[in-house]
Amino acid sequence: MFYQKDIECMPRAELEKLQSERLCAQVKRMYEKVEPFRQRMNEKGLKPSDIHGIEDLHKLPFSYKKDLRDYYPYGLFAVPMTDIVRVHASSGTTGKQIVVGYTKNDLDMWSDCVARMMVAIGAGADDFIQVSYGYGLFTGGLGAHGGAERIGATVIPTSAGNTQRQIQTMCDFGSTVLCCTPSYAMYLAESIAEMGVKDQLKLKAGIFGAEPWSEEMRKSIEQGLGIKAYDIYGLSEIMGPGVSYECDKQAGMHVCEDMFIPEIIDPDTGEVLPRGSKGELVFTTLTKEGFPLIRYRTRDICQLNYEPCECGRTHVRMCKPQGRSDDMMIIRGVNVFPSQIEEVLMKVTGGTMPNYQIIVDRVNNNDTLDVNVEMTEELFSDDVKNIEKLEKKITEEIRSVLGIGAKVHLVNPKTIARSEGKAKRVIDNRKI
Amino acid sequence: MSIKQLSVFVENKFGRVSDICNVLADNHINMSALSIADTSEFGVARIIVDKPEEAKKVLSESGVIVKISDVIGVAIDDRPGGLAAVLSLLKEGGVSVEYLYAFLPKAKEHAMVVMKVNDPDTAQEIFRMNGVSTANMSDIH
Repeated sequence: MFYQKDIECMPRAELEKLQSERLCAQVKRMYEKVEPFRQRMNEKGLKPSDIHGIEDLHKLPFSYKKDLRDYYPYGLFAVPMTDIVRVHASSGTTGKQIVVGYTKNDLDMWSDCVARMMVAIGAGADDFIQVSYGYGLFTGGLGAHGGAERIGATVIPTSAGNTQRQIQTMCDFGSTVLCCTPSYAMYLAESIAEMGVKDQLKLKAGIFGAEPWSEEMRKSIEQGLGIKAYDIYGLSEIMGPGVSYECDKQAGMHVCEDMFIPEIIDPDTGEVLPRGSKGELVFTTLTKEGFPLIRYRTRDICQLNYEPCECGRTHVRMCKPQGRSDDMMIIRGVNVFPSQIEEVLMKVTGGTMPNYQIIVDRVNNNDTLDVNVEMTEELFSDDVKNIEKLEKKITEEIRSVLGIGAKVHLVNPKTIARSEGKAKRVIDNRKI
Repeated sequence: MSIKQLSVFVENKFGRVSDICNVLADNHINMSALSIADTSEFGVARIIVDKPEEAKKVLSESGVIVKISDVIGVAIDDRPGGLAAVLSLLKEGGVSVEYLYAFLPKAKEHAMVVMKVNDPDTAQEIFRMNGVSTANMSDIH
């Protein structure tokens, strides 16, 4: 099933011609409207007229998450704020959030992307789509919502949390499609088993994304909920969920190539790698008006598959991201950088910077975050209250900076393992 | 007069107090009082020893965090109401006790209470005025 068959199945030659036209127009527009982009082009001695099509894409300068921070909040927007109808935000590398903006047309295109996926997995106007992603600055909730409305389905916007009620709603309202994070889907499956209401479910499919998950998790979710589980990929910098998605073949995620060009590069040299290579995924937005980006470094390590898909779509498929070229972790769907935790410790301890270690694990399908902090003479007090206060302050600051809770443990000095004199900052025990 | 107390950070892990005691034993340091304040996550051991500076050195070398702080050792009559009388004096003088623990010193007819107060100078003055004797290090060992 197709939502926009002419686009989704467009012959490659035609698709690439469309991409070339859109790229040239996008570069020209950004050169005029986005000052930092113009500067970068000038530094490279490039003019929009040097870009004739996608064959020239590799000449263009990269953009980085840091840019979003440097030009926070609206410095990279390419339209006046009167044309921006919505913003979304996500956490940045140093505690400061990053913000992206959408025009009316951007939201329409975004809904198209999600609608393509929903139709591809067999959803339609007669479906009841329960959106259990968080609604708010996070793109998950409203992103899925837009697509579900677009295909004329009945949207059940439960947002995240309150599991008992989620399940009650699912049973009573007859939800047929579930959208949430894969770890929450696992948790829902377990709770449903405990409540003994699996036979009351009408679910047939689930759309899961916003955090890494494995084929094993897919099997457990499919068994637990009695559904087909599909992967959706996105990042708010580029748009949100729907940048790429699985079709009913569950064999890689089709990138909406009429709107986004993916590239795979060597993260160290920035060179574009030959087709099929594994490397860092880079996206260029072709149709975004509010917040366009050229060659944005996602830091996701990925591979692209240009083989035709059995479903008939011509759009390239990307594999699940297989890691990061930076140290970002995704914990409970939230982007976390070790540097954020370091800044909290720096702030709370008044600059003494104790040694620390971050331990991430997955217990009962929920991500856990533990932070071990080595006690120092400066931090120590003979009064238990003072130490408890310190522990509490670190915990609260981490929650306020990351938006998720962490368990803080004060440990003896020199108990955090050091390799070659340098402490290993992050231990990720999750088997993903 | 005040006495020196070691405060030791005790991670909530199997055998930690034992480790600390063994370090002191190996270095022939005698403990005369020990009190542990604990939470579910960690504890603070407060220890009175005969050689505080040396104890701090050896414990630090063994990888634990140690602080030396001044506390007051108060001789208490070993009878009902002994401690109550002393604490009443502090209360009347507006001095609050942050923590205290008791022990029986060797060959002394008095019991001994170690206390940390918010205002040590006032506390000492109150004790002096009321004839309550406070200990120095040599009184303990």
